[in-house]
Amino acid sequence: MLQFILERANYWAIIALMMVGLYITFQSANMIKRLVGLSIFQTSVFLFYITLGKVAGGSAPILFGRDAKGHGDGGHGDEGGHAASAGDAAAHAGSSAHVASGDGHAVEAAYGSSEGLIEIYSNPLPHVLILTAIVVGVATLAVGLALVVRIRESYGSIESDEVRLLDIQAADAQDADDVVEAVG
Amino acid sequence: MLEALVSLLPDMVVDNAAALLVVIPLIFAGLCVFMPNGRSAWALTVLGSVASAMCALVLLQQVQAHGVVSYHLGGFAPPLGIEFRVDALNVLFLLLVAAIGVLAAIFSWPTVSAEIQREKHTLFYAAHLVCYTGLAGVAITGDAFNLFVFLEVSSISTYVLVALGGTRDRRAFPAAFDYLLMGTIGATFFVIGVGFLYAATGTLNMVDMGNRLALIEPGNRAVVAGFAFIVVGLGLKAAMWPLHQWLPNAYAYAPSFVTMFLSATATKVAIYALIRFIFTIFTPEYTFDALTLSWIFAPLAMIAMLVCSFQAVFQTDVRRMLAYSSVAQVGYMLLGISIGTSAGLSAGMFHLVNHGVMKGALFMAVAGIVLTHKGTRINDFAGLGRVAPLTMTAFAIAALSLIGMPLTAGFQSKWTLLQATLDGGWELAAVVIVASSFLAVIYMGRILQAIFFQAPVNPRKVRQEAPLLLLIPLWVLTLATLYIGVQADWLIALTEAAAKASFLSGGIL
Repeated sequence: MLQFILERANYWAIIALMMVGLYITFQSANMIKRLVGLSIFQTSVFLFYITLGKVAGGSAPILFGRDAKGHGDGGHGDEGGHAASAGDAAAHAGSSAHVASGDGHAVEAAYGSSEGLIEIYSNPLPHVLILTAIVVGVATLAVGLALVVRIRESYGSIESDEVRLLDIQAADAQDADDVVEAVG
Repeated sequence: MLEALVSLLPDMVVDNAAALLVVIPLIFAGLCVFMPNGRSAWALTVLGSVASAMCALVLLQQVQAHGVVSYHLGGFAPPLGIEFRVDALNVLFLLLVAAIGVLAAIFSWPTVSAEIQREKHTLFYAAHLVCYTGLAGVAITGDAFNLFVFLEVSSISTYVLVALGGTRDRRAFPAAFDYLLMGTIGATFFVIGVGFLYAATGTLNMVDMGNRLALIEPGNRAVVAGFAFIVVGLGLKAAMWPLHQWLPNAYAYAPSFVTMFLSATATKVAIYALIRFIFTIFTPEYTFDALTLSWIFAPLAMIAMLVCSFQAVFQTDVRRMLAYSSVAQVGYMLLGISIGTSAGLSAGMFHLVNHGVMKGALFMAVAGIVLTHKGTRINDFAGLGRVAPLTMTAFAIAALSLIGMPLTAGFQSKWTLLQATLDGGWELAAVVIVASSFLAVIYMGRILQAIFFQAPVNPRKVRQEAPLLLLIPLWVLTLATLYIGVQADWLIALTEAAAKASFLSGGIL
């Protein structure tokens, strides 16, 4: 049991962060804090993807050592350089084909036996996906902060409950006006 | 007729229609920013929407001729490359988004120039086109992560568009902020779900993912967790009860144009993504038998139909009332999906298209009233039947369709839905459909009574119709409501083909 828990320490950290983020988002009345909570929540998901892509014993997904030499022994001058880069491209294709053929929960196992690659690499695809998600997160945060600025300008407060109270007061005032109008 | 259109277009356009459908509005959005004034940005928006709709028609022809259109972006073959994949299911949604996009673009000029400050016009149209791009992208993509990106492209621009209502009513700012929080949580849940499925299958391509999921034994917890996250995430975007709290405020305080466009497309596209995951990536056997999805969706759908219709009855603001009614109508669509039969799914999608058309018409008419009479409370609508007969007749027809009067689109789809529930042996659901329609009579009746049977509040209000640019798209939608009400076979054929495609493709593509 203890081993089961400890082996998944990275996932526990992610779950903890996720819950912290969601809790702040729901519990806090301060809009900036709610955005902070949202960011923590999103960051936990980034970490989740990154930890998914980690292969035990794998290095960063940059060809090195025996993989980097390419297939041709290389002649000299431009031709050799060209052969090496073609080899790189072929190796890349091999590794990414494996991303697709990784089967079941044994994705990691599939990487151990990457054909055409000698060294073990982590899976680069989740990292790339998360770059996109980070950009989306930044854009969301920017829009959210801009909205908070506008709320502060028009309500004079960034506390959700105060804003709600102001809205209710305004609605009541309008209803009172309607009654006056109807009577008059 | 479609063949004639396709033969008119150059081959380059026909071959790349799938990509152009998304790329054209995106490029035009960029161009809009550099336009000197709102009018030229508007012209670009109309042009871009029409071009994009053309591509949707080309795709419809290709799907009807060849079955499935698969477009490989950048020439990278799937499952590694990102694929745009159009089959009978999503071509229906592409057509809906494109048709509403064109009509909304035409109608936007009078209402945007009245409600948005002049210096923001170009940016407004740019944001609208980006939103359109995102929605079309969600409907067309065949890659799960790409779907997330498009979902966020459309959502982030939507937050901006909703917040632009704040110059007229400051309550739009908190509404947009709440929408941003809920929408982002929904999208992030979706990403978590996709992450789980990626961990289990090692692929992001939807077809490939479906094939691999079929090989995994049903009890796999990563797959079940992934599915749950995806359903909740997309449920938030689709305003599935009780995840709809963002919707009424966002619809009530956004600029009229934004409300109209979103109500007709945004939640619909999220429902499409839901259908895509439930029926084609997972199989109906898996989601309905192993995960008993019916028992989760059907009660929520029925509660939505009753509770939100009930809430709609007590609203004093017409747009808020229509927003609550939208959540109730989402319940109808989910009920159709939750039956888990081809007939139910078809009925749900039929209602979805009809709802897009009639809610679009209703919100357009309300936009016309905002334009000429500056009010959206029911009191403001008193006597408008005499002041603006053309606008209000269209409103009344769409309202009757929402209730489900015979000879309107709403009747047709509610009737098919009723039949589907009875065929599935769900008598209770049939009763709820009728009860919810009865509540619709009450809340729409309140507005119609004010419009046609009350004296105008302000007798000095002379006869004042909405401008022609607004009336034309409004009446196109209204006549479409009537036409579908009389002659629905073509649309039913489309939705049945879509339902069949989603059932056939489950796991065996």
